Amino acid sequence: MSEKHTARERLLWTIGILVVLLYALIPVAWIASLSFKTPEEVGDKKFFSGFSFENYDVVFSDDTFIAALINSIGIASIATLISIVLAAMAAYATSRLDFTGKTLILSGALAVAMFPPISIVGSLFEMWRSLGIYDTWIGLIIPYMTFTLPLAIYTLSAFFREIPWELEQAAQVDGATPFQAFRKIIVPLAAPGVFTASILVFIFAWNDFIFANTLTSTDAARTVPAALAFFTGASQFEQPIGAISAASVVVTVPIIIMVLIFQRRIVAGLTAGAVKG
Amino acid sequence: MEAATTKAPTAAPPKKKRMTDRAKAERKLAWLLCAPAVIAMLIVTGYPIAYAFYLSLQKFDLRFPDEKEFVGLANYGDVLTSTTWWNDLLTTVIITVVSVSVELVLGMLIALVMHRAIFGRGPVRAAILIPYGIVTVVAAFAWRYAFDPTSGFVFGLPLVPDDWQPLTTKEGSLFVIILAEIWKTTPFMALLLLAGLALVPDELHEAAKVDGASTVQRFFRITIPLMKPAILVALLFRTLDAFRIFDNIFIIQPGGALGTESVSILGYNILINRVNLGLGSAVSILIFVCVILIAVLFVKGLGTSTAQQRGET
Repeated sequence: MSEKHTARERLLWTIGILVVLLYALIPVAWIASLSFKTPEEVGDKKFFSGFSFENYDVVFSDDTFIAALINSIGIASIATLISIVLAAMAAYATSRLDFTGKTLILSGALAVAMFPPISIVGSLFEMWRSLGIYDTWIGLIIPYMTFTLPLAIYTLSAFFREIPWELEQAAQVDGATPFQAFRKIIVPLAAPGVFTASILVFIFAWNDFIFANTLTSTDAARTVPAALAFFTGASQFEQPIGAISAASVVVTVPIIIMVLIFQRRIVAGLTAGAVKG
Repeated sequence: MEAATTKAPTAAPPKKKRMTDRAKAERKLAWLLCAPAVIAMLIVTGYPIAYAFYLSLQKFDLRFPDEKEFVGLANYGDVLTSTTWWNDLLTTVIITVVSVSVELVLGMLIALVMHRAIFGRGPVRAAILIPYGIVTVVAAFAWRYAFDPTSGFVFGLPLVPDDWQPLTTKEGSLFVIILAEIWKTTPFMALLLLAGLALVPDELHEAAKVDGASTVQRFFRITIPLMKPAILVALLFRTLDAFRIFDNIFIIQPGGALGTESVSILGYNILINRVNLGLGSAVSILIFVCVILIAVLFVKGLGTSTAQQRGET
């Protein structure tokens, strides 16, 4: 990087950046633009036109959407919490301890990561109905938690392997209690990894459509992606484009904020899990 | 890290006699720590897939639950002799092959751009993470409305013929579905490839440069061979992911209309809409078998390529 870059290289790089930015932002800008259009402007086929909050008023006064938003936040958060706790225990074991069966567990997790959800939605649909957890929060939390375990285990293991664990002993030699050593030394060192894995798991649960679609039927547990797919206007055949766009923007904003703040960690987590694992 | 390696040998010898006890205790702790995750994964994937296999051997339609009976492999016969299954499989393979190939090329370009970053690496990284993070259903709506004849900005663009209506034909719909798929998942591919690029030592490039190799030669003779494992891993993940395509089709062409039905959509239609759990489970198991076949092929390829690399160096 010390070499001087020519004007031509800088120009090419600038063009590269612009192309990538355009690539990533066009659909997002488009759905945002649609959400700000009034019903009269929706059909004008212009990328940008008008600026009204009418659609947002519609979605935020819609009970179905509010329920779905609460379901999405609650289900994704609880699933993330459980997944991370279970994965942290497993990742600690696989990265720090030596035991037979480690490879088996890691390859099992990899197999789950490649598992096609459609292959079990029929079984889960039938099982959940007989267990009475069809169309409940727990009915979605269970598959989300499980399907995110591999991602969480691999990401956390990659981070845990980098932690200088002997600092814990060093602190104890210096007079810290085991709990103090854990809280003051290990927790701060492990926190970035745990945090990164949590973001990835949350994004997965927040984005899921197939389980949300097949294992729910009412506002009781339907999350936003499923609610969006079944969102209809006054008549069943009229797609409320503006309202769907506004609802889409509402669920996209938190993701964009997370991506902007934690981009470096997300990249580290994604690649650590895939490459080192 | 260095402290750990220097410290370990001094700590180990005195405890050698109790090593077996320690090892046992360690193994017990390890299994205890792993147990909850392992049990969860077994309950939610192992048991249901076994149950799906059991269901696939039954005649079991929730509309006529009393007619449930064991029919052996009859459901598989029904699926494998239907043109729907083979058409849907073909559609799925087309979507998978086209989107993954385009993603590989685009992803590699983005990875190279990011690898050679002169400035502005942060904005580029943040930008490509947006497609990765965005809800697939939301992105699918964005693309569908972009090509919707009543609202789409695409039709307001110059050079786009007014009578072009992609969402009313099979080919056009597949084009939009594949576009949505590529847009959403290229960043993931790019990030995996970028991580692979970082593993290619600069010295090799310098040496080849001295020997008079051109940029293109260095890319195909040095970068690509050294990145082969990373490329295969990225391809494996994305191929399996694309093969399961569901969300994009569900939104862009509801129900898999106009011949855009993928195998996952077919499974969904039979299982959830027609509540025919027997026949639907047979489709589920067949999809599962396809996924295993794809994974085995890739893992074999990965095995030989890493073995080759070890043999050469």
